[in-house]
Amino acid sequence: MTDTVIDRAARATPPSVARRVRGVSDRMLAWIFVAPTIFLLLSINIFPLIWTINLSFTNYKANRNRPVEYIGFENYHRILTDKDVWLTMQATAHFLFWTIFFQVLIGFALAWLINRKFKGNDLWTTLIVLPMMLSPAVVGNFWTFLYQPQIGLFNYVVSFFTGADPSSFSMIGQVNLAPWAIVIVDTWMWTPFIMLICLAGLRSIPDYIYEAAEVDRASKWRQFWTITIPMALPFLMLAVLFRGIENFKMFDLVVLLTGGGPGSTTELTSINLKREAFEKWRTGYASAYAIILFVTVFGLASIYVKALNKVKER
Amino acid sequence: MKSTLLWAATALTAAAHAQAEDLTLCWAAWDPANALVELSKDYEAQSGNTMHFEFVPWPNFADRMLNELNSGGKLCDLLIGDSQWIGGGAENGHYVKLNDFFDKEGISMDDFAPATVYAYSTWPKGTPNYYALPAMGDALGWFYRKDWFARPDIQEAFQAEYGRPLEEPKTQDELMEIAKFFQGREIDGQTRYGVSIFTERGSEGITMGATSALYPFGFKYTTEPGSYEMEGAVNSPDAVKGLEFYKALYECCTPPGYTDAYMEQTLDAFKSGQVAMAMNWFAFFPGLYADPNIGGEHIDFFVNPKEKVEASVLGGQGISVVAYSDKQDAALDYIKWFAQPDVQKKWWSLGGYSCHNAVLNDPSFPESTPFAADFLVAMNGVQDFWQEPAYAELLLAMQKRLHDYVVADQGTAQEALDQLIGDWTETFQDEGKM
Repeated sequence: MTDTVIDRAARATPPSVARRVRGVSDRMLAWIFVAPTIFLLLSINIFPLIWTINLSFTNYKANRNRPVEYIGFENYHRILTDKDVWLTMQATAHFLFWTIFFQVLIGFALAWLINRKFKGNDLWTTLIVLPMMLSPAVVGNFWTFLYQPQIGLFNYVVSFFTGADPSSFSMIGQVNLAPWAIVIVDTWMWTPFIMLICLAGLRSIPDYIYEAAEVDRASKWRQFWTITIPMALPFLMLAVLFRGIENFKMFDLVVLLTGGGPGSTTELTSINLKREAFEKWRTGYASAYAIILFVTVFGLASIYVKALNKVKER
Repeated sequence: MKSTLLWAATALTAAAHAQAEDLTLCWAAWDPANALVELSKDYEAQSGNTMHFEFVPWPNFADRMLNELNSGGKLCDLLIGDSQWIGGGAENGHYVKLNDFFDKEGISMDDFAPATVYAYSTWPKGTPNYYALPAMGDALGWFYRKDWFARPDIQEAFQAEYGRPLEEPKTQDELMEIAKFFQGREIDGQTRYGVSIFTERGSEGITMGATSALYPFGFKYTTEPGSYEMEGAVNSPDAVKGLEFYKALYECCTPPGYTDAYMEQTLDAFKSGQVAMAMNWFAFFPGLYADPNIGGEHIDFFVNPKEKVEASVLGGQGISVVAYSDKQDAALDYIKWFAQPDVQKKWWSLGGYSCHNAVLNDPSFPESTPFAADFLVAMNGVQDFWQEPAYAELLLAMQKRLHDYVVADQGTAQEALDQLIGDWTETFQDEGKM
């Protein structure tokens, strides 16, 4: 018989506790304690997931009083052959790749700099992490103002360095600039998060390893590539995993900045899904869409976690 | 004797209080809503009922209220819902059918402007099945800087450039010329722009804006009224021209970065003196005219200019009783009170747009405000979006296709309208109507 968590918890329960609750066995007591969690897990996570899978095979619309019909895989077929859905996937991939690329690059560089002992180190750390503490709604709104072609500070800064007319371009209104506008804001906001995790990684590297490398006359460059990067890599990968999952479901910041526009240029999958589910009320279709996204994220995350474990084992 | 009277008075008061209800009326948060609050004070005094109001900003209005209806919510006893919701409201059982109530109370739909009854009250369209009382007539109109138009230097420059005096545009082409004339022009040391128009992506903005050009150019939803045959109507050569016109107007003559603008943004652009002309709903015109900076002598109004035909985009709403309300009798009592000619007259005087013939057919009406005559003209030529139960799907598809073409500059007008037919066909097939 397998030794379950509940069995182990029951064995670990001190006899005095069990004695105090008359007529209740240790095993029952353990079940009583874990039951609320299991109930919540089933009702909040598992049941909706199963229900969503069920709905994804129907033509159900939550705003209509009409009989629900099972239509097999038609919703899945429609989604996977819809050009517009693939465009939103592309927009999401662009956003995901470039935000993580810049955040890792800048975040690691900042962590490396902050890790060095200098005067005002703590103050700089606090200042750098400030954007991360703000609400995405606030960030989205004030960057919308910063990006305004006529009054926005961002355009004036660009104008100052390039000589271009500030009102000659619109970061959130032009098809070629809007995808970068959202990348800039997300990078500004979340680079500190990567920095903090990298900083933890860098500070976990024992000094004696660098001292040994010094003794072996290893150059700083070599120390960086053979000690710093490999030892900080698990932390870095963890940070990428967190940001990847977060940005895959990015919604609020982009809605406030561009609303998915101009046209559908910055319409990420989460925005598209919300429109299908709660504006068009195509519940069955949106359920299939959600399942496809769930499988994608789950699959990619699983592969990534395996890679992360391999790196940690090295 | 004295104590008997006292008891009787107390009993009557208690009975009155027992019947008094707290009613909640839901609507969009905008100028006319404030007028309705003021108007409803008379109802409170007369009925003993207390009115509460739930006003939601326009960008979230549809989302919020349709969620409320779809979930069978009891927040609203009365709802002034958008005209396009009438199909869904009726077919999904959200609105109470009012025919019996109208018959019982002697409320005749003949007392209201036919276009408003058709648009705000009936489902299926044009049948005598009423789910709302016309509450707020509205259409898309235009306003402009009358003071700039009147300046001799500007008049002279326009005459030299176009060979005609600068005046309110009568056609869409004239509108474009005037917009081009003002675009980038220095007036009082500041750069001004031609027009502020609707380009919003999220709710209904660009559809409402673009249809103000599409309708006059000859756009139709179907080839035959009552059918769902869209090929040759939605993507007709006239419709393509109309859409190309709107894109050209957007590209040539709007302020920089004007990519996601609806009611509030067009008002801001006009009030801040950025633009010479702007489109918006007539509902905002009383507030604009009263504005101390750009109202009064500075402003004037005109109907959506014609091109092939005279047409304006319909706005406005009817007032409905929500089927999930526990206070339907009191809600109907409010509608009965609201339908009275005297109340409708006061409604207009406070800034609401009455649809009652007693107001609209009054000889003094056209002269009552600088925009009243234009309102009458506009309401005679209004066209509305689909009012089908699946209107939200139809609307979002149009929002996407129009924004992709007009603002994001992707594809051609023909492609955008062809794709729109594809989207709408899919929706109607899902609905079992094709």
